[in-house]
Amino acid sequence: MTQYLDFEKPLAEIEGKAEELRALARTNEGMDVSAEAEALDAKAAAMLVDLYKDLSPWRKCQVARHPDRPHCRDYIEALFTEYTPLAGDRNFADDHAVMGGLARLGDRPVMVIGHEKGTDTKSRIEHNFGMARPEGYRKAIRLMEMAGKFGLPVVTLVDTPGAYPGKGAEERGQSEAIARATEACLRIGVPLVSVIIGEGGSGGAVAFATANRVAMLQHSIYSVISPEGCASILWKDAEKMREAAEALRLTAQDLMKLGVIDRVIEEPSGGAHRDGKAAIAAVGRAIEAMLSDLDGKDRAEIVKDRRTKFLKMGDRGLAA
Amino acid sequence: MNWINNFVRPRINSIFSRRETPENLWHKCSACGTMLFHRELSDNLNVCTNCNHHMGLTPRARFANLFDGGVFTEVAVPDPKADPLQFRDQKKYPDRMRAAQKGTGEKEAMLVATGEMGRTPIVAAAQDFSFMGGSMGMYVGNAIIAAAQEAVKLHRPLILFSAAGGARMQEGILSLMQMPRTTVAVEMVKEAGLPYIVVLTHPTTGGVTASYAMLGDVHIAEPNALICFAGPRVIEQTIREKLPEGFQRAEYLLDHGMLDRVTHRMQMRDELITITRMLINLPPAIKGDLPPPAPEAEAPAEANSTEPPAGSAA
Repeated sequence: MTQYLDFEKPLAEIEGKAEELRALARTNEGMDVSAEAEALDAKAAAMLVDLYKDLSPWRKCQVARHPDRPHCRDYIEALFTEYTPLAGDRNFADDHAVMGGLARLGDRPVMVIGHEKGTDTKSRIEHNFGMARPEGYRKAIRLMEMAGKFGLPVVTLVDTPGAYPGKGAEERGQSEAIARATEACLRIGVPLVSVIIGEGGSGGAVAFATANRVAMLQHSIYSVISPEGCASILWKDAEKMREAAEALRLTAQDLMKLGVIDRVIEEPSGGAHRDGKAAIAAVGRAIEAMLSDLDGKDRAEIVKDRRTKFLKMGDRGLAA
Repeated sequence: MNWINNFVRPRINSIFSRRETPENLWHKCSACGTMLFHRELSDNLNVCTNCNHHMGLTPRARFANLFDGGVFTEVAVPDPKADPLQFRDQKKYPDRMRAAQKGTGEKEAMLVATGEMGRTPIVAAAQDFSFMGGSMGMYVGNAIIAAAQEAVKLHRPLILFSAAGGARMQEGILSLMQMPRTTVAVEMVKEAGLPYIVVLTHPTTGGVTASYAMLGDVHIAEPNALICFAGPRVIEQTIREKLPEGFQRAEYLLDHGMLDRVTHRMQMRDELITITRMLINLPPAIKGDLPPPAPEAEAPAEANSTEPPAGSAA
């Protein structure tokens, strides 16, 4: 059962009709509806392409947050072998909003780290909706440093609404943990590649995505603040999120123009949630390509590559 | 002479004889409401003499007090591309910028300078909360990078005074990218083996706290400064409970291990001199009034006399 987004309503109607027709045919033998059903299917397919051809920034936010979109766990299971999760920050706890560990990408051993949002109520609560606490960032720091020590490339998968705004998180140094994670990203002498697979929410995303190469799925978003948050501050009205989403330039396409990311990964027709397998495969190819781009660079070159990339960032603006 | 002459004349006189008095001779403390005479307040570095509430201080006022004789040299900051996103909310971003520039007389939300502090050569950067909430955009990023490069070039410690609501939303993702950019700057200073000291002032929040403000070798905060990642209102909305008194204030962070010290503004300069000189292995500072630093730098002597004698700082 697909979960339709509000702008997909006309599509839901057509697909519903086709479904009804087929159900009718199943109960009444001898009734031939295949021609009509196929016509409806074709119409739905055309509408899907049309709807997704030119998604507005706010619709992209909705797609990026779609509950059926493949999550970090799905990517790790499908793209890597011998995934061995490593837990804990050796200090306070293990944060389930962040998963990570050793794995092989093809033959190559890597460290993979990502935000996991969870798929149903129970797992969403367990993973805290992908909002990490300081322990999560400190676990990521530990894994990145380990990867640096043993020369393993790091792959990060970003999908978070942001760092968790909670009392304990603040007490244990949420800002310090994020700052240190960003610092670790910049320091490690191994290739670091990052893919934003859903939501790249503010500082919580930067802590993982300060990478040599950053890719974004076609309908994912990456922003300094959620459109709702921005709307409530600048428009004094959280309902102005459409305008805020527009103004913030948070789509993969705009970020590509601004030179903030390095590549946009195309999603299957109708978004990653309609064909998870194809989306995951496309992300896999992008990770391989980004890593092979960095092959043969020594530690110093890798660190320099990252620094120069960020020091130069923002020079050109949207006009370029 | 009838009654009307008597009535009108004083009013006409008063037009010609009105004394020239500046406005705002008195400031009201935003915490305790005490009326404070402006000179007394500025002598006390905008700290309420009644309740010790630390009010905002512009980078220029801070530097005038920090550097010997109030003498410092501004470091040029490369101009970023203006309004990179062509951002517009209810107002256009360039209009908001112009209003802030007019209101503060400053170009942007950060000032970088070199000079001597108790005869200790340093590079200092200070954020201006009165300029669009001190928010961090491309310019602030460039300023911190320029400060770091200057520190490395001159081989001097870097002291940074933070004050910001966070990232500048009007620069969208580019403001977020200042988190890694400023972290690169901090790395440059650290790699050169130079001290990086952060003074966190009220308020330091959001992406600013989660990058350069929390990466110092030493963290000192001003009393009662709000220092956090997520603001108290956001947290209350998320967890739906009242937060404890003093939550996310400097003293609370000190208790939770996030700061080295909480220091009164009037003692800050002496403390910075002491710490910096030890970190770069210089002999103890000479206390008391000093002659102006270099012969070519004309130091107004009275600037020094506004400070308390160093020995009195307890």
